[in-house]
Amino acid sequence: MAEWTVFVVCAVAAVAAGAAVFRVDSMARATFALLASFVFTAVPVLLLDLAYLGVLIVLMMTMEMVVMAVFMIMFMMNPAGLMPMTMVHNTKGALAISIAVFCVLAAGALLVPWPRESAPPPADPTLQLGEAIMGDDMLVMMVAGLVLFATMVSGVVLATGRGRYDRYGDDLRGRPDDPIRGGVGR
Amino acid sequence: MLEAFLLLAAALLAVGLYGALSQQSVVMVMMGLELMLNAVMVAAAAVWFHTSPHSADGQLLVLAAMLAMAVEMAMGFAVTIAIFRARDVDVTDSAGDLRG
Repeated sequence: MAEWTVFVVCAVAAVAAGAAVFRVDSMARATFALLASFVFTAVPVLLLDLAYLGVLIVLMMTMEMVVMAVFMIMFMMNPAGLMPMTMVHNTKGALAISIAVFCVLAAGALLVPWPRESAPPPADPTLQLGEAIMGDDMLVMMVAGLVLFATMVSGVVLATGRGRYDRYGDDLRGRPDDPIRGGVGR
Repeated sequence: MLEAFLLLAAALLAVGLYGALSQQSVVMVMMGLELMLNAVMVAAAAVWFHTSPHSADGQLLVLAAMLAMAVEMAMGFAVTIAIFRARDVDVTDSAGDLRG
């Protein structure tokens, strides 16, 4: 009963915080509302005995939202929400599509006869996951490593304003024409 | 109980979809996408627990969704920086000509 109460409270709070992301004026507040939604979502995951994944969600999302808050302040017009503004389009269409998708998914969740496993869950799901990714499913983690590496490289390439080829030319020789020269003037 | 988790996932996905469709700011669109991936994580964890806890496939799906979130955020911010540098633009409507 206590678990059910915790689940209901956290589920309602997660959805409410998620909706608040798109309702508040301040984009910084929107970022922290999204963080709250992730934290409230991690609690039901913890209720499923997934201690490692639940804690991972909280830690990863906390760092991600802090980075996102920095980007909000860097780029957005109104990060603090000091003046009311709306940056939306086609809200009625988006709302109709979202409600329709929710109805379809909810109907599927309630009407589909989901198979039930009678066997109890493993005593240590983290051990089960660790053995899987270090054993039969190691390919998943190898691909994940490659994807993350490719993301780092392409992210840096995209985000760099002036790379070494812009500064030194195609043959990477000569002196760079930096608008502000570095060094100590020697 | 599985149905309750799936309802939570459906609600999160619908809220995220609303944000992804309605917001103009690139970063706010990314927030909507993150909420949708969050829904995938909740649903995968619940389906694993209630239907196949003897296999780690459901947990692997949660990890894959988490990986997708990290990649989406990193690449989204990189693209945001690139387009902001090139055009001083941070809303989707001002970059409509990039449509494929």
